[in-house]
Amino acid sequence: MTQESIQIITVGLDTLWVLLAAFLVFFMQAGFGMVEAGFIRAKNTCNILTKNFLDFCMASIGFFMFGYAIMFGDGNAFMGLKGWFLSGAQSGADIPLYAFWLFQAAFCGAAATIVAGGMAERMKFQAYLIYSFAISALIYPIVGHWIWGGGWLSALNFADFAGSTVVHTVGGTAALVGTIMLKPRIGKYKPDGKPNAIAGHSIPLASLGVFILWFGWFGFNPGSSLHVGDGSLIALVAINTNLAAAAGGISAMITVWKTVGKPDLSMAMNGALAGLVAITAPCAFVEPWAAITIGAIGGVIVVYGVILLDKLQIDDPVGAVPVHGMNGFWGTIAIGFFCKESLGLAQNGLFYGGGFKQLGIQMLGALSVIIFIIIGMSIVFKLINVTIGLRVSRDEELKGLDIGEHGMEAYGGFQIFTTE
Amino acid sequence: MKLIVALIQPHKLPDVKKALYDAEVYKMTVTNALGSGQQKGYTEAYRGVIHEVNLLKKLRLEIAVNDEFVEPTIDAIIKGAQTGQIGDGKIFVLDLSDCVRIRTGERGNEAIG
Repeated sequence: MTQESIQIITVGLDTLWVLLAAFLVFFMQAGFGMVEAGFIRAKNTCNILTKNFLDFCMASIGFFMFGYAIMFGDGNAFMGLKGWFLSGAQSGADIPLYAFWLFQAAFCGAAATIVAGGMAERMKFQAYLIYSFAISALIYPIVGHWIWGGGWLSALNFADFAGSTVVHTVGGTAALVGTIMLKPRIGKYKPDGKPNAIAGHSIPLASLGVFILWFGWFGFNPGSSLHVGDGSLIALVAINTNLAAAAGGISAMITVWKTVGKPDLSMAMNGALAGLVAITAPCAFVEPWAAITIGAIGGVIVVYGVILLDKLQIDDPVGAVPVHGMNGFWGTIAIGFFCKESLGLAQNGLFYGGGFKQLGIQMLGALSVIIFIIIGMSIVFKLINVTIGLRVSRDEELKGLDIGEHGMEAYGGFQIFTTE
Repeated sequence: MKLIVALIQPHKLPDVKKALYDAEVYKMTVTNALGSGQQKGYTEAYRGVIHEVNLLKKLRLEIAVNDEFVEPTIDAIIKGAQTGQIGDGKIFVLDLSDCVRIRTGERGNEAIG
């Protein structure tokens, strides 16, 4: 074969790989939908699924119009300024622009949809539509530009392979800001401040969702290689992804078993997701033993994170903040401990004798993103709150948002027994 | 002894329960019910078709009380369930000829309290 035809086949193979990964990441949207629907009450299920569905639609259009230009266009260290509506836009990898765009758009949708769970069961639908356009067209792409689009953090060699910070810390922190501003659901906290359990209505749906997410993550992380190469990198990333999820599930189950007395499935599933989020940044830079450690710590973080939020009376119905926010942060700084220079970073991590340099860079990056999101999303949610309002009325919340917002029920023909 | 049967809006149950607790009425039975009254139902939309839902979801509360608790119980239910709009519900008060506590075999006033 000539050099030229090998080149064509390589690009074709890489494009096929990235598109396949993009399709898997798109399917994670279904996973998020099922997890969130399962963990909330039946009377709000139609509402959360509508939000989940529409935010991918909004993210696709928003990322086409402005998001891609801000994230990957030429500009300054803060944001890109070229390639609006993809006109004149350049691909960020050695594959065609449209394949790269689709992969990135699916990531953008994931960041947007994380927030739906944290603000579930009480946020106005209209407010959510506006929020989802704002985060995907403006807020997410700015952070993406800093880290993946040639911005100031990538210039510092900040490492985030598949987006613990770019996607998950962004989504989790935005959910934290939103849920604090919305205040808890009616009946979540007793007058003395102790939490009530508001049980999810379908554990089977939630567990289907977790499996779909885990499956989709095999596109999310390995696909972020953006090329196939000799296959060794995507193989390492795939095994690390799987091991971290498994370790997170086990460690969360043990932790909740010890603290509460029963092996709570909902918490074990949150633990697997925590492991997946935590390994997302380091998956290409660490060895499998480190992936197990990172995932297992993620599972512990998620259990104590959920308990901590309840102590602080921050009502996060599906655990979006502990899973995506806290573990996004943990996964990002874990690179500073466990990374290996031989796997493609500027220096070894702390545990391989590389000192504190990488850890310091990871800390700086993660904290600046958190601060930026807190400020940015506070402004977005405040603006929505003073114009059309964030939260539905008390009566509507008690009746359920399915009837109130959409005039239809998730489970037509069933009578939902309301006891609280 | 009276049996108080109240039909209320499902989403007012937390308020009614709280008012009953404040009036020291702790015993009740709650069931799902469907019914129609003066309130003409509401509309749902499904795949572009708007249809009226005539039988509305209500909750049925049953509380057996001794005579001195009848008025406080009624007041508490009204306090919790009243919004002033059609559909708030109704309260029926029925004579109760006897009451038996299965565990002990006690009868009448003793068994209710």
